[in-house]
Amino acid sequence: MLIAGGGNAAMCAAIMARHGGASVLVLEAAPKAFRGGNSRHTRNLRYMHEGEDGFLTGTYPEDEFYEDLLRVTGGDTNEELARYCIRQSQDAGEWMSAHGIKWQPSLRGTLQLSRTNAFFLGGGKALMNAYYDTAEKMGIRAEYDTEVRDLNIEDGVFRSAVVEHNGQTREVAAKAFIGASGGFEANVPWLKEYWGDAADNFIIRGTPYNKGRVLRELFDAGAKSAGRAKGFHAIALDGRAPKFDGGIVTRLDCVPFGVVLNKHAERFYDEGEDFWPKRYAIWGTLIAGQPEQEAYCIVDAKSIDMFLPSVFPPFEADSVRQLAAAMDLNPAKAEETVNAFNASVKAGTFDPTTLDDCATEGMDPPKSHWARVIDTPPFYGYPLRPGITFTYMGVAVNKQCQVLFNEDQPSPNIFAAGEMMSGNILGKGYLAGFGMTIGTVFGRIAGREAARAVV
Amino acid sequence: MPSSEHLKEADRVMTICNACRYCAGFCAVFPAMERRRTFDTKDLVYMSNLCFECRACYYACQYAPPHEFGVNVPQALSRLRADTYEDYAWPRVLKGFYKNNAFLVGLVTTVCIVLAFVLTLVFQGSTTLFSAHQGSGAFYAVVPYGAMVFPASVMFFYAIFALLAGFVSFWRRTRGSIADLIDVSAFARAVKEAFGLQYMKGGGDGCNYPDEKFSKSRMWHHHLVFYGFALDFAATTVAAFYHHFMHWDAPYPYLSVPVVFGTVGGVMMCIGTVGLLYLKSKSDLDPAEEKMLSLDKTFLWMLFLTSFTGLLLLVFRETAAMGTLLVIHLGVVAGLFLTIPYSKFAHAVYRYAALIQNAIEVREDESKIVLG
Repeated sequence: MLIAGGGNAAMCAAIMARHGGASVLVLEAAPKAFRGGNSRHTRNLRYMHEGEDGFLTGTYPEDEFYEDLLRVTGGDTNEELARYCIRQSQDAGEWMSAHGIKWQPSLRGTLQLSRTNAFFLGGGKALMNAYYDTAEKMGIRAEYDTEVRDLNIEDGVFRSAVVEHNGQTREVAAKAFIGASGGFEANVPWLKEYWGDAADNFIIRGTPYNKGRVLRELFDAGAKSAGRAKGFHAIALDGRAPKFDGGIVTRLDCVPFGVVLNKHAERFYDEGEDFWPKRYAIWGTLIAGQPEQEAYCIVDAKSIDMFLPSVFPPFEADSVRQLAAAMDLNPAKAEETVNAFNASVKAGTFDPTTLDDCATEGMDPPKSHWARVIDTPPFYGYPLRPGITFTYMGVAVNKQCQVLFNEDQPSPNIFAAGEMMSGNILGKGYLAGFGMTIGTVFGRIAGREAARAVV
Repeated sequence: MPSSEHLKEADRVMTICNACRYCAGFCAVFPAMERRRTFDTKDLVYMSNLCFECRACYYACQYAPPHEFGVNVPQALSRLRADTYEDYAWPRVLKGFYKNNAFLVGLVTTVCIVLAFVLTLVFQGSTTLFSAHQGSGAFYAVVPYGAMVFPASVMFFYAIFALLAGFVSFWRRTRGSIADLIDVSAFARAVKEAFGLQYMKGGGDGCNYPDEKFSKSRMWHHHLVFYGFALDFAATTVAAFYHHFMHWDAPYPYLSVPVVFGTVGGVMMCIGTVGLLYLKSKSDLDPAEEKMLSLDKTFLWMLFLTSFTGLLLLVFRETAAMGTLLVIHLGVVAGLFLTIPYSKFAHAVYRYAALIQNAIEVREDESKIVLG
């Protein structure tokens, strides 16, 4: 059995396929140091549980989980598949522990999600190390720096794949194929098909290896798609983040504590609209819609310690004018915008833990909560850019993870798992730790079903 | 002051870590980091001494080399920690001892052995040195009691004093008032963590040492060295008690307390030091700091030689080789104690101070409401 990809879904599939008696070859496009796709950057997994299981507290029943999913997707999901995914996630903690995963006991200083989300000790790379170690002990072969270039598919049946390693190509025949090689967010030309030149200014938060080549091959062979092609999950990032692979440390949650200006030093959206994670999820797309995909957040000394530190130091100045100049904004215009904002702030009781009554009056766009005058030097500024986490479009699958070809025909030996098929369930929005749920649940199903097909 | 380059790098790395925080569950360094938003010299020096170089964070790091952020926490903190040993060495004039540690420790030890040999030959004569002595007081027939105990006591108390001086100036610099040190609960927590090697357990499966796989072998070997050393120390103390209060002269019978403690401790130290040296020889050099590794190896060799020559002396104490072995053993012990304040032994002193500060911070933390 051939598995394209080397992240969470791929390794869960490999392990289950091996349990099912298949001989498994995992092809990871990245070198060993960067193995694991976007799973490297994850830190937790959300799963359903009806009682304490030693990893999570309380209960997190199917209906509540599904409600949470409905809320973020606005109904853009496949209920049957989504509920199936949720139910199948039930034993995740136990299964993962049995396959070498270690958990973080309790988490301080960040979200308390210990009822719904279990945190891996050391994060996603540690998780992937543990899976690779388990896989190696089980006799699963993994080849790094090895990319699947072409798929030889006849009428929805997989025959072989052409793979490239160190510039050498070879053909690998297998009885079944599992695609678990992620979306196409690192393929800028593909993003440009929907976003035009703006895509050049996007930052890709995760692996540079998610080029979507396998996805494209499957579409070309007639696989049905699921999820919006133009859709991606994006957040506001520090604009100085590296183009790829910056992961978690470049995200910034300063927006509600200040004002956000675009390239023309104008405000463009209500910074105080809502809490994390909703604001977290919309600001990437908002900035993507601004000129040159840039924005600048300005806070003052009152607020600088109210959000998690960024990896890059903020710009700092004694006046808004100087700060704007340092960030290449029009100083006079920036000062005018901040002054107008300050003049519109009505008195209130500031409380970042509630939707407080600090708001602007007669300002368009308004700042509906947490609005405080920006008047205490030093002033701090952060450049912002949209950072893409993942793309939504993938291949359509059934409950067995079989990829659907022309007229909804499930392929007998082509399966997909993880980000490559998450669009079936997650049409838009995001629920913390749900990508790992999808990868773990459907990775295991794909591995089990594919083993049934070949053994 | 630690090297500004080392400080800068540790600051850079910790700033990245503080925006990530995935490693929070591994050890005490990361919670200590989360208590701070920026890191000044005293913070970084303190945190570097909280690090037990278990390397769990290195292999778990999404930003480890070859990532362009090149985050290498164990290496950055080891560099700073090695600077600590120099910065707090007492007296200051001897801090250079850390610069060429292996050579200087070797030199001092060799001089001690040669000196012991020459003095014994001159004052006791070759017949005494090279013939067998048996029964009570046999050792003192070769090296008189006063010649053995007086220099040893001076060196021992000198070492204790020098290490304490280092401890106090480290504490002053990283935490502040000496009054803060009178903190029973923090002391107790630090003792428990130090004696149990809490931070060599990682998430429960040990360090990523010598390679990326989890293993407790480093912890167990360290335990052998530490408790072996403690047993040998206990043996010496009991022997001193026998000598002064019971008026029994060494050598003691094979089944006496000092000999049993000394033998078991010596064997433990031999196994522990050889094991650690072996693990180090196989260890992944990417997260390592060369200078620290050299300090480690030098000190491990000294401990090995001390215990091994002690065991040899025990085995051959009834033969004509006893005199030579005794002189070599005493020379090695003298070398060990003279150089202890300028060796890797210092890690115990500063780590312990860091653990006390950590215990105080943890307690302060627990009494605060942690906002989500």
